[in-house]
Amino acid sequence: MRQLGPLRFEHDPESSLTRTMFVSALAIAAAFLVAGLIFWAYGVDPLRAYRVILVDTLADPRALPEIFVPAIPLLLAGIGLLLAFRAQFYNIGAEGQLLAGTIAATWIAVFTSTPGPLMLPMMFITGFLAGALWGLLPSLLKLRLNVNEVITTLMMNYIALYAVSWLVTGPWKGPSVRGFAYTDTFPDSAWLPYLPGTRIHWPTLLLGIALAILVAFLLNRTRFGFEIRVQGHSPEAARYAGINPLRTTLLVMLISGGFAGLAGVGEVAGIHHKLLDPSQVSLGYGYVAIIAAWLARGNPLAVIVTAVFFGLIYSSGDVMQVSLQMPARVTDVFNGLILFFLIGSERLLHYRVRWMPAATNQTVPATLPEEQAASGRERWKS
Amino acid sequence: MEVITWLLESSLAGILVRGLAYGTPLLWGSLGEIYAERAGVVNLGVEGMMILGAFSGFATAHVTGNPVAGLCAAGLIGALAALLHAFFSITLRANQYVSGLALSMFGLGLSGLLGRGWEGIPLERPLPEVTILAPLGFALAVVLWVVLYHTRWGIILRTTGEAPAAADALGINVILVRYVAVVFGGLLAGIAGGFLSVAYRPSWTEGMTSGIGWIVVALAIFASWDPLKAIWTSLLFGVLFHLSFRLQTWIPAEPLQMMPFAFTIIVLTATARRSGRVRQAAPEALGLPYVRGER
Repeated sequence: MRQLGPLRFEHDPESSLTRTMFVSALAIAAAFLVAGLIFWAYGVDPLRAYRVILVDTLADPRALPEIFVPAIPLLLAGIGLLLAFRAQFYNIGAEGQLLAGTIAATWIAVFTSTPGPLMLPMMFITGFLAGALWGLLPSLLKLRLNVNEVITTLMMNYIALYAVSWLVTGPWKGPSVRGFAYTDTFPDSAWLPYLPGTRIHWPTLLLGIALAILVAFLLNRTRFGFEIRVQGHSPEAARYAGINPLRTTLLVMLISGGFAGLAGVGEVAGIHHKLLDPSQVSLGYGYVAIIAAWLARGNPLAVIVTAVFFGLIYSSGDVMQVSLQMPARVTDVFNGLILFFLIGSERLLHYRVRWMPAATNQTVPATLPEEQAASGRERWKS
Repeated sequence: MEVITWLLESSLAGILVRGLAYGTPLLWGSLGEIYAERAGVVNLGVEGMMILGAFSGFATAHVTGNPVAGLCAAGLIGALAALLHAFFSITLRANQYVSGLALSMFGLGLSGLLGRGWEGIPLERPLPEVTILAPLGFALAVVLWVVLYHTRWGIILRTTGEAPAAADALGINVILVRYVAVVFGGLLAGIAGGFLSVAYRPSWTEGMTSGIGWIVVALAIFASWDPLKAIWTSLLFGVLFHLSFRLQTWIPAEPLQMMPFAFTIIVLTATARRSGRVRQAAPEALGLPYVRGER
């Protein structure tokens, strides 16, 4: 227990939903404040920047749906990452797994003669498999040889990136596109439908929401979910309970990679309709999905909200490029700051903050024994 | 077959010298990471610290006309960036991996934002590529090795990373040692980035570190956290990077650019296979925040 001016911090390990939301909102507000300082140093009036963000993205009926365009891959990849993080597997490789999904989907769409109605389902299935496969090697290395998964998944991102850029400049370069580094455009049967008047490919969005619900069910209501939670909490306890870490982690990583792969399919089948330079296919979605998953604090349904929030950040980056002539990297400034403040505020989640000026403290002696009891319990717990 | 004639014609020494040019930033960066990790703090922010160092180094060298001033600025900015990671991961006890990741994102973003007007300007007085920072890096590696294994400071640093609670009981200020190690690591990473923009490719391009910051993190493991071993591991990867450029005459660029990243996975796997020796070499408390009173 700590007294800071009139505020009192009481230890309380179980965080309530309100407190989680309040602390997260505080962290995001702090990130925006610091970002404003950086814009100011850069020579852009921060108030004008905030206004551009609010008015040009949220208040413009044509710009509003654009928020959901990046939210779709963030949602799919984010749910998978959340599952991996719950099992204490630091999958930083969603970007590569997403790109693996785009490669598989492109192969089905351009180079096989899959009949029309089967086309999109086949693309999603192979995309899932490719993403899962891309995540398989790091998880096997981790489980068998204890090779750090953070580094191997990161390296796999670069390998996937160069693989895509090699394919589109070399062997898969479309004969009909001349000088450009693309594949040929997908046949019509490989195009995902849009919500009218927008670029929201709704089948992928629905898939993302359905998978979020499925993962929430899996985590909270099934034996497998229980195993993931135990392992995430304490690998030793999991071993004692007879949970096979190999099986759990492997399954989690297959799902995690697979979901990122699905996100990749959505991008090529929904937005681009061809495979092109990796920096255009994925605008760092695999990395930002990490923050979206982290912000969801372990709750798969919350990813639906956080993905839309980071969709807003992407849209803000776009409008700031157009209205304020700022470079595209401005979204990375936001993302890095938000991530910093999120993890920095994490300890606040475990404290209940009360308005308790020192004066009222002294006039109510009745709270004293209770307080001692509480601090005794606290010591016992830690 | 042209490849083979080229390999035969270009002397081994020539390839080594070019490898040295690319190996220098890897060496400086991995020496810094080794020290931070020896104190028990993983810093995945190397990519971000390097790119901030590269930008500030270039900008300073361009404005002052003095490349050495550029390197100093690069080191200073790298150290400041590392201070951010230190504050979040040591003081606030945030997850070290995620904090480093945030630093990399932030560094790439900030350097891209601030550096927009500086792209494509050539540097008039660049630093020579291999004659200054490479030998200095070798000397530094030897000094850091001596300090780590043969001085009191080295014992303090290693104890902090192996058994922070024991270090604390001995009166060592664990928090302070970790701060110093992380900031020192940032200083070296910043200089490594400055080398890229002031000596190796005397200009500024957004994202010019192109992933070598991540390889630096892997090199710390590959070198089993030993500053002397970092010399040959960086040289090896320097040669690999050089080859991935030179062989582009015969082989498409992208599979070659993939090579250092794939090779990183291979060497990490190979090192891990050597019967757990690496696990012994890894600082025991690596990645764990220190809280007094917890075991």
